[in-house]
Amino acid sequence: MAQRFRLSEGGLIDRSKILPFTFEGRSYEGHPGDSLASALLANGVHFVARSFKYHRPRGIFAAGAEEPNALVQLGEDPRTEPNLRATQIDLYRDLVATPQHCWPSLDFDVGGVNDRLARFFPAGFYYKTFMWPASMWMKYEAVIRQAAGLGKAPSGPDPDNYDKTFAHTDLLVVGGGPAGLTAALAAARAGARVVLAEQEPLLGGWLLGAAGIEIDGLPALDWIAAAEAELRSCPEVTLLTRTQCFGVYDHNFFALNQRVTDHEPPDERDPRLPRQRLWKLRAKQVVFATGAIERPLVFRDNDRPGIMLAGAAQTYLRRYAVKPGEKAVVFTNNDSGYGAALALHEAGTKIAGVIDLRETPEGHLTAQAQAAGLDIFAGHAVIATEGGKRVSGCRIAPLDESGKRVFGGGTPLDCDLLVSSGGWSPTVHLFAQAKGQLVWDEAQACFVPGEAGRADQRIVGAANGAFDLRTALAQGQTAGLEAARDAGFKVKGRKKPKAAAATGDETFDFLPARFLYLVPSDRPLGQGGKHFVDLQNDVAASDLHLALREGYGSIEHVKRYTTTGMGTDQGKTGNLNAIGIVAEQLGRPLPEVGVTTFRLPYTPVTFGIFAGRDVDDLLDPVRTTPMQAWHKANRAVFEDVGQWKRPWYFPNPGEDMQAAVQRECKAVRSSLGLLDASTLGKIDIQGPDAATLLNRVYSNAWSKLAVGRCRYGLMLSEDGMVMDDGVTARLGEGHYLMSTTTGNAAAVLAHLEEWLQTEWPELKVYLTSVTEQWATLQLAGPNARKLLSRFTDLDLSPEAFGFMEVKSAEVMGVSARIFRISFTGELSYEINVPASYGQAVWEAFMREGETFGITPFGTETMHVLRAEKGFIIVGQETDGSVTPLDLGLEGLCSKTKDFIGKRSLARPDMLRSDRKQLVGLETDDPSEVLPEGAQLTETVPKTPRPSAPVRMVGHVTSSYRSPTLGRSLALALVKSGRDRLGQRLYAPLADGRTLACKVVSPLFYDPEGEKMRA
Amino acid sequence: MLLIDCPYCGPRAEVEFSYGNEAHIARPLQPETLNDEDWADYLFMKTNRKGVLLERWVHSHGCRRWFNVARDTLTYEILAVYPMGAKPPKLPERSYL
Repeated sequence: MAQRFRLSEGGLIDRSKILPFTFEGRSYEGHPGDSLASALLANGVHFVARSFKYHRPRGIFAAGAEEPNALVQLGEDPRTEPNLRATQIDLYRDLVATPQHCWPSLDFDVGGVNDRLARFFPAGFYYKTFMWPASMWMKYEAVIRQAAGLGKAPSGPDPDNYDKTFAHTDLLVVGGGPAGLTAALAAARAGARVVLAEQEPLLGGWLLGAAGIEIDGLPALDWIAAAEAELRSCPEVTLLTRTQCFGVYDHNFFALNQRVTDHEPPDERDPRLPRQRLWKLRAKQVVFATGAIERPLVFRDNDRPGIMLAGAAQTYLRRYAVKPGEKAVVFTNNDSGYGAALALHEAGTKIAGVIDLRETPEGHLTAQAQAAGLDIFAGHAVIATEGGKRVSGCRIAPLDESGKRVFGGGTPLDCDLLVSSGGWSPTVHLFAQAKGQLVWDEAQACFVPGEAGRADQRIVGAANGAFDLRTALAQGQTAGLEAARDAGFKVKGRKKPKAAAATGDETFDFLPARFLYLVPSDRPLGQGGKHFVDLQNDVAASDLHLALREGYGSIEHVKRYTTTGMGTDQGKTGNLNAIGIVAEQLGRPLPEVGVTTFRLPYTPVTFGIFAGRDVDDLLDPVRTTPMQAWHKANRAVFEDVGQWKRPWYFPNPGEDMQAAVQRECKAVRSSLGLLDASTLGKIDIQGPDAATLLNRVYSNAWSKLAVGRCRYGLMLSEDGMVMDDGVTARLGEGHYLMSTTTGNAAAVLAHLEEWLQTEWPELKVYLTSVTEQWATLQLAGPNARKLLSRFTDLDLSPEAFGFMEVKSAEVMGVSARIFRISFTGELSYEINVPASYGQAVWEAFMREGETFGITPFGTETMHVLRAEKGFIIVGQETDGSVTPLDLGLEGLCSKTKDFIGKRSLARPDMLRSDRKQLVGLETDDPSEVLPEGAQLTETVPKTPRPSAPVRMVGHVTSSYRSPTLGRSLALALVKSGRDRLGQRLYAPLADGRTLACKVVSPLFYDPEGEKMRA
Repeated sequence: MLLIDCPYCGPRAEVEFSYGNEAHIARPLQPETLNDEDWADYLFMKTNRKGVLLERWVHSHGCRRWFNVARDTLTYEILAVYPMGAKPPKLPERSYL
C-alpha cells in the first residue's frame, strides 16, 4: 500500500498532489512538501544506507542539516550529485535517488563482512596497516576507495548553470526560526535593509514540528505566516529560503548557497534560472539565529535503521505527517524527549516505554506523558538493541547512581522505532567561525556563545543557549532593534516594543536533565556491540578510548586519529558526546578538553557555485589582435600566451607543425615573412623625467638615447633577477614608447607605477598602456625593404633609416610608426598602425608580397629564428633565478649609474663562478632534437636506473630543428657554462636513451649581425 | 575577505586590491655603500608582527593608486588608511605576545 505510514491529517504537505519517485530502482510516492527522507519514511523505508567503514545497515537519523547517515546519490548522470542528505532534498516528481556505500546492493552488501571483522578495524587502522611499504600505498588506496564508495562523480560536464551574486545589506539574519523572524521583523520595521537566510524551504524552524504553541495569541503556524507576509511586504527585505549560510569571512563577509531550482523536476526547471546561486554578502550587522541540534544518547548498537533523534521523529510526525514506526521506545535524559513520546502516542504509535535516565522524571512534557499514562521507566537505560535492517527490539535495565553500571542483563522490549534525546547543543558553527568565544554551560551541558568575534555580530535564541521560546523571542527582538540602531536607523517610539508572548507546553527549555555521555551496558565497552559516537565515520566510544590509551590527549588529535567529527556532517550530532566521553576517560572537566575548530563550510557546497558562469569560454578573457579574422581564415594554429591567442604556425594543407615551421623559417631567411606582433606590451611614457625613470628601471643607460632612436633594455627586479626585456624608442623630447614581453605587459606597468608612486613621487612621468591601440606588423627578411617601399614615400635606404631607428610615416595612407628593429636576425621593420587599420594593412602586405613569396609566420618560427641568434626569451631562458651576468649580458649593466637590482648583482652568490650560464648546445647527431627541460650531466649515467645520484650541471631551455643550419640547436643554462665551450655533456632522457652534445656559443647565425643591419 | 577603505574610491572588497608588503621601508639612496647584510635586510627581511602592522596596498582593479594601511594581523581589523608619503597616524599600541 502506498504511503502506509502517512497520517491522514495534519502536516505541511499537499495531499492533493502525488509525486512518484524512485529509490534504488523501486517506485514510491510522496507529496509536495516532503523531503526525500520524509517520503521514504512515509513508505516505511528506514534502511537507506550502509555505513562507511563497517557497512552496517543505517537508517534516517535526523530531519535536517545534521543528518549523518542518509546520504544518497541524487539524479541521473550527468546531472547527478553524491553525498546529499535525504533530509534536505525536496521531493519532486520522478526524483531518482540511489544509496551509496554499498555493493552490489543495499540489501546484499559484500562489504558487510567488515562488520563481522570489526575487531580487526580499530581506530587508526589505515595508518597502522597500510603504511608499509610506502610504494604499495597507491594500490591500497585504490582498493580502499572502491570499498568505501563515497558516491560517484558525474561522467560528463555539469549541464546546469550556476550564478554568483554580490550583495550588501544592513542586517543579515541567519535562520528563520522564531528568534530569527523576530530579529528580522524588528530591524525591518526600523527601516533597515535585511537579508534573512533560511536553509529550509519553509520559515519557522522548530515551530514547524511543535504543537500547542501560541505566539501573540496566534497559533504558531499562523504567527509564522503573518511574520512572513509582513517581511515580504517590506521592499527592503530579501527573504532567502533554501539558502544555507555556510561560511563567515573577514569583515562581515558571508557566503550563502541558495538552491534556486533544485526542488523542481529537471524538465520543469526554468532554463533562465541558475540551479544554485552563491551569494557573496557584506553585512553591516549580523544576527545568528541558527537554532540548536539535538544530541543522541550513546548506547550499545545505537545505529540500526529505525533508531533516530527524538526531535526528528517529532518533525516527521508534525511537519510531514509521517508515522516513523508502529511501536516505539523513547530513550531520553531530559524533558524534551517526552515531546516525541506524546507526538507518537497522539499519532497512534504504541509507546513500548519511555526509558528515562533520570531517577525522578519531571518537567512540563514529562507531566503530560505521565497524565497520558505512558509507561515510564525512570532511572533506566537502553543497554542493547536487536534487529538487522530495522531495529526489532531493545533491552532495558536499571542504572546505578553513578551512571557507570547497570543492574542485570536487561528486560527485552519489542519496537520498530527507537528515538533518543541526550539534550541540545546550540548551533554555534557560524558564530565560532567568526571567532566568537564559546563558554561551557554546566546546567544545560553544552557550549554556548560567549563574547562575539565582532561587536556587530549577535547571536540569539536556541543558538545562544536560550531554549525557552519566550527568552528566544525577546533576544531576537532586542538584537534586531540594536542591529538596526547600530546600522544607523532610528528606532521609533520611546518605549521599547514588547517582545512577543508565547504560550504552550513545548515553549520551555529541555531541563531538567541527567547527562551521561556514554550509556553503560551489561558488557564491557566494545564487547558484544558498539556504542557509536560518530555514525557517519563509524567511530565508536571504544575507538575514542583506544586513541587515549595510545597517547592522543588533545581533542584535535583524537579527532584526526579516529576521524570522529569529520566527514560531510562534521560531527554535528556526535561531537559533544565525543568530547564528553574523552573528558570522562581523561578525568578532566569537559570544558578543559574543549571543542575542535569550527571550519567552513557548514554543509557541503557544490563546486558549481564557485565556478558560476566563469566556465568554458568565459573562464578567462580571450584577447585577440586586429588581424585575428585573417589568421583564422588562413588556417593559423593558435597558442595561448597569457590571455592572448597568437598564431603559432600557419600550416599549408597536409603539412604538420614541423614542416610548416621549417618552411616559414626558410621563407624569412631567404626572402620575406610577416609576423603579427601586436600582442607585445606597449607603454607610452611621457614627461620631463621619463629618461630618469628609464635609467632607474633599466639596467643599461638611457640618458643619451637620441630622439628617433631605439634601444634594447633589460629590466631587473630589486633582487637582481631578469624580470623583462624589450625595445624602447624615443619618439620625442620627453616621449618614449616602451615595449614589453606579451605575458608581462601588465606586470611591467604595475612595476613602473609602484616605483613612481611609492619611491619616486617627485618624478614627472605619465604612463599609459597603449598595447591595444596599435596593431604591429613585423616584416622580416632580405626583401622587407623592397616590399615596404611600395607602401610609403619614406626613404628606407640604410643611410636614411638605419638599424635601431624609429620614424613616423604614412603607410598606405595610414599614419604609422615604423621601427627598424629585429628579433629574427634579418632585415626587419615593425610597422605600428592604429588597431582598426591592422587587418587592411596586413592584407595589402600579403597581396603585394606575393612577388617575394611573402609567408605569414607564427611564434614558433619566431622562436627558432631568435634562438639561432642567441636572443633570450624572458620566461624561457629565465625563470626568476637568472641574472644578466648568467645570460652573458653584463654589457647591458651600467657601471656608472644605479638601477633597480644593481646592488644585488654584487652579492657574493651572484658572483659565484659556478652559477648556471647561458650556452648553446649541439647534439652529436644533428637530427636529434633535445627535449626542452632535459637535464644535463657530465658523465653517461647507467641506464635505465643510475645506481647513484648523478650530478646535474644544467638544463635545456630552448631546443629546435634549424633549417638554416640544417641541424638541431639548443640553448641551455649550464654551471660555469662559458668555461665549458667545446666540452661534451649528456642528456639522459625519459625513454632510456642518452643524447651526447657539445657546448657551443649561443650565437649560431650571423654572429656579426650583418643581415639585420643591412 | 577584507573590506578596504581606499582613500580615493571608498570601501571596496579585497579582491580589487593587491598587497604590497610592509610600509615605510625606504629604498637606500646609495645602495652601493651598503654592506651585504644591510642590503639583504632591506631586500628580504620584513616585520612579521602579531599586532598592528603598517603595510602597503594598491587598488589594482580600481584607481591603481598605492596607499598605506594599518592592520591588526591577528583580528584583521583595519585601524587606519593613509596616503603614500604620509606619516602613520597615532594608533593605540597593540601587542598579543
